[in-house]
Amino acid sequence: MVTAPAATPPLNLPGLDPRFSHIIAVAGSGADAGLTRDWHYLDTGAELARLGVPVIGTILAVHGNPTWSYYWRDLLNQSLAAAGAGAPAWRIIAVDQLDMGFSERTGIHRPLAQRVSDLSAFTDTLDLTGPVISLGHDWGGVVSLGWAVDHPAQLTGVMLLNTAVHHEAGKPIPAPLRLARARGMLASSTVRTPAFLETTLALTTDPLDAAVKDAYRAPYRTAARRGGIGGFVADIPADASHESFPELERIAAGVAALDLPTLMLWGPRDPIFSDYYLDDLIERLPHANVHRFEGAGHMLAEDAPYAESVLTWLGDNAASLTDPGSSALSPREAFAAAAGSVATGSEVAGSEASGAEAAGSAATDTGADAAPFVPLWHNLDARRDDTATAVIDMSTRGSRGPQQVSWKQLADRVSEIAAGLTAIGVRKGQRVSLLVPPGPTLTAVVYACLRIGAIIVVADAGLGVKGLTRAVRGSWPDYVIGEAPGLAAARTLGWPGVRISTARLPKVSAAALGVSYSLRDLITLGASTPIPAPPRAEDDAAILFTSGSTGPAKGVVYRHGQLSALRDVLAQHFEVTVDTGLVTGFAPFALLGPALGTRSVTPEMDVSAPRTLTAHAVAAAVEASGAGMVFLSPAAILNVVATAGDLTAHDRTELERVRTFLSTGAPISAELLSAAGTVMPNAIAHSPYGMTECLLVTDLTLDGIRAAAGDANTGVCVGTPIGDNLVRISALDSDGVATGVPSTEPGILGEIIVSAPHLKDHYDRLWLTDRAAVRETGIGADAATPDAGDASDASDTTNAAANQPTRWHRTGDVGHLDELGRLWVEGRLPHVIVSSTGPIAPVGAEQDVEGVEAVRRAAVVGVGPHGLRQAVAVVETIPTAKRPGLASPELTAAVRASTTLPLVAVLVVPQLPTDIRHNSKIDRSRLSEWAEGILAGGKPTAP
Amino acid sequence: MIVLVTGASGFLGRAVAAELVAAGHEVRTLQRRPSGVDGVTDFLGSINDPEHVARAADGAEGVIHLAAKVSLAGDPGAFQTVNVEGTRTVLSAAETAGVSRFVQVSSPSVAHAGSALAGVGAEPATPEHARGDYARTKAEAELLALSRDSDAMNVIAIRPHIVWGPGDTQLVDRIVERARSGRLPLLNGGTALIDTTYVDNAASGIVAALHHADTAHGTAYVLTNGEPRPVGDILAAICIAAGVQPPRWSIPAALGRTAGSAVERVWAVRPGADEPPMTRFLAEQLSTAHWFDQRDIRDALDWAPAVSIDEGLRRLAAHYSETAGPVV
Repeated sequence: MVTAPAATPPLNLPGLDPRFSHIIAVAGSGADAGLTRDWHYLDTGAELARLGVPVIGTILAVHGNPTWSYYWRDLLNQSLAAAGAGAPAWRIIAVDQLDMGFSERTGIHRPLAQRVSDLSAFTDTLDLTGPVISLGHDWGGVVSLGWAVDHPAQLTGVMLLNTAVHHEAGKPIPAPLRLARARGMLASSTVRTPAFLETTLALTTDPLDAAVKDAYRAPYRTAARRGGIGGFVADIPADASHESFPELERIAAGVAALDLPTLMLWGPRDPIFSDYYLDDLIERLPHANVHRFEGAGHMLAEDAPYAESVLTWLGDNAASLTDPGSSALSPREAFAAAAGSVATGSEVAGSEASGAEAAGSAATDTGADAAPFVPLWHNLDARRDDTATAVIDMSTRGSRGPQQVSWKQLADRVSEIAAGLTAIGVRKGQRVSLLVPPGPTLTAVVYACLRIGAIIVVADAGLGVKGLTRAVRGSWPDYVIGEAPGLAAARTLGWPGVRISTARLPKVSAAALGVSYSLRDLITLGASTPIPAPPRAEDDAAILFTSGSTGPAKGVVYRHGQLSALRDVLAQHFEVTVDTGLVTGFAPFALLGPALGTRSVTPEMDVSAPRTLTAHAVAAAVEASGAGMVFLSPAAILNVVATAGDLTAHDRTELERVRTFLSTGAPISAELLSAAGTVMPNAIAHSPYGMTECLLVTDLTLDGIRAAAGDANTGVCVGTPIGDNLVRISALDSDGVATGVPSTEPGILGEIIVSAPHLKDHYDRLWLTDRAAVRETGIGADAATPDAGDASDASDTTNAAANQPTRWHRTGDVGHLDELGRLWVEGRLPHVIVSSTGPIAPVGAEQDVEGVEAVRRAAVVGVGPHGLRQAVAVVETIPTAKRPGLASPELTAAVRASTTLPLVAVLVVPQLPTDIRHNSKIDRSRLSEWAEGILAGGKPTAP
Repeated sequence: MIVLVTGASGFLGRAVAAELVAAGHEVRTLQRRPSGVDGVTDFLGSINDPEHVARAADGAEGVIHLAAKVSLAGDPGAFQTVNVEGTRTVLSAAETAGVSRFVQVSSPSVAHAGSALAGVGAEPATPEHARGDYARTKAEAELLALSRDSDAMNVIAIRPHIVWGPGDTQLVDRIVERARSGRLPLLNGGTALIDTTYVDNAASGIVAALHHADTAHGTAYVLTNGEPRPVGDILAAICIAAGVQPPRWSIPAALGRTAGSAVERVWAVRPGADEPPMTRFLAEQLSTAHWFDQRDIRDALDWAPAVSIDEGLRRLAAHYSETAGPVV
């Protein structure tokens, strides 16, 4: 390798302030002992001194291969700007590692231990004192962690972007690196040609600006300057025989002992540092704040707003980062304790005692003022000798007619699978992805996983292959249980996890699908395996993925206590008893039957296509089960109503038994709910409002819907909070941002904020999303305390009396509360039209417009600049318009006359764009962009 | 206040003069023909004749300068003479006469960027980028007027956008006449969102500018109804008000933008008209959005349009039902 002195970068690199550049002579260590090495580094210290602001801590940023300190320019610029604007000042020091960037070319081979030692020598020369937070990307992450574990006195925190500290022995390293390291390839791909550099620069989601690419290339113009790139690739310890392997192991072990605030920001679209490595790091640092930027890749700093995220995190953790002894609990302790303090009344249930107890008795109240935690499987244990029928499956999946499972059979099957899972090594806290369609098998697998504390990962097939792949990879399951089609997809799409097939497969098929076990194998293997102690209320239980109709699907984490609370609120609010019996045409609730201790039946239908459910099938299910309660989705209701004419007199008699009827999953019109009511004449029809994060928020009966129909309030009335739930409104300001202090004041448009015992715990690996969802909801005791004269006081008092820490969630829905405490939903926050007269929620005006005779369906969207947006109605007409364009003068006049909202234009389209899943949620964001285009004078194309 | 209005024989000039009279001002007008406005004193003459202007301005406290050369074609020198030199003459006369408030009636075309405008404010006038002699000379005139803003004489520039209303022989009657003969197409379906200004609002806004020149001077404002509409909507509404069939056919915008196309001629203005609103430039741009941020002008002038587009259309319909037909 060639030697060359350090230098400063060219002056005109985009985003790089030349004032940050410094060169320092560092006394060498290790192989460099006795020598002096010149380092180039970027440092905001001098500029902060010029501003005269006190520095509260230093970020030591280490780039990866083949980048240089330029990678961190946004953080340097933004931190300095923030300090200039009065925020606490963090000094950023970003080094160019030796042989990299504009630092000296040493000509000496520098394995990992040398690089860690180099960095120590650098900070010694700089006389860097704490507090220091390390920050690293790519292999710079490893070097920075090496420095971190060696400097406990200075280190107060750790930040990482796409990196790794461990590689499982025997597992091949990522393919692109194998290729780069292959004999004969190494020198040519990394040094002689800029191929490795160019490949890395091409990894961004959107192509980099040419000038930025050139800036990344600037220190690596010639082969002589690229020696370090090749050195880094050669230094990847692919196996235990590699010279850097012991150092990597030493660092990995040290990391697992770090008990400091930790941030991990990740771009999942990384062919090298995939979610596999993130999962490994989370295992070592379980208390870390983790955010995966869906869509971003290896060059995270170029793909995602990492600098804002870093500064936000530094701000949130400033106290413990600047004074590590300041908080009572260490980050690991706080993480462990957080479970108890945020889960619903389970603080005491978290004691060792309950965990050691036998299944079924965990329900015992172990504390004086803690609500007892009754696990979801409680009734399975309680009725494990009962030969009465627990589950009936009349769906068309089984060709042998209705399948009946008794309580005893179900409890036995759950125990067998639980033992089998334990036998093959499934442990509490591990993730099991379920690719099994609803039915008795899914029910048994779900309860078995829950019982042993494995976290079930459930994503709806409605997400589509792309969405499902994102969901599964993002949650990085340890195991996947599925039927052949799901496992085939898992194999083809490279989903992680040990694969378990529900059916026993021929050896060849099993091998082809990469299947390790069948459920039958598990039962055999687990025959003599004792079932471990049950999980506690505050242990994670499930990750449910959102529908994806409001952005990339997010994993929503529920703890056991929260699932039990969901069961309890359902039981209490709808008065479900052992004798009730459920007909569940809506999959999620089918799973809750055993938890509720009552018989559940899936009617004859294709469970993946609710519209296949007929009125007769509902009647037959009611007859088979004696059920008094029916759960259906709006799509199923539509067909039930459409096929009501086929009901026999006998069917109708059976349906008279139904006392309660729920429409769940999406909003429903009063007309449709009313029509369903005539099929079940003695049932009270309910349409609860909820979301994946809080499945039951409010409830409204058909009578309530009718009462709301003539009301002057705008939006969709969704009723009043269920049980102990709290609903608040955070008013939108003139800029359309929900900045208002959450309140129950009626008539105020704002973001809907909810609290419930069964509210989700957090989002999986989405720290920023999590943070936003609870932003400024610190209203706890204050807001739960009733104010005089407030209409909704009564329920609040009850909630306050529950004496639980109040956890809140910003729903992203907008609406208002009325004088009667009813909630009215008026749309999604991103769809609010921020006009010059203030924010406008779309739903009220859409309802007005849908009152026009010639309009089938309407969307109201904004066009123009933020703060000056103008409302436009886009309508589907009767008869359907042939092509998109301006509405006729007559229709325009009628639509304008229907609403008080000023509409600058009325456009017709043959069909409004909607989500595939429900075919009901109109994609207003897309429609807004489309309207913007054609109202700017573009050619009218279909939206 | 004694107020001089130049160009008061035009559609907008008449409305401004009448609005001033109604507000109790003593109004003088200066143009070549009688203004036809009740209650004003006409000074007939040319704005390029310093003597004519000085005589009309003598003793005035306020000036509203609307007179301009608006035309499709012609000698560039004539635009320069009327729009730039004429404005210079009026400004000088106003200063000599001790006028304290000067309203320069300008045009949004002075700051046109060549692309769709959605919710923008009044950008600085740029003669070097203006398209056509009219826009270029109006831009120069506006810069000239604002450069003369001082403590002694407060200058404010108002750019009304597409003024229409009953009695408008330029725009409205031409639309109606072409629609009647089936020669009015839309561009790209007529979806481009444009701002327009009902004539009474333009007049009241210009008078408000005079009243608030002491606090709002030194600035240019775009003035509209603040109710953007697709161009096809407005054309159809005007046709319906006039009792003729609205346009039903559409042609590609690229064709419409070609000089000399049918569409452009719809919007053409007769040479020699003495007011600003309609230009060739505008005709070229009717296939792209042109609507403006009205918050600043409404704040600065403490003014809001009194007549909505719907009300304006009702008045237009009443006007047509009273007259035998459009005057072309």
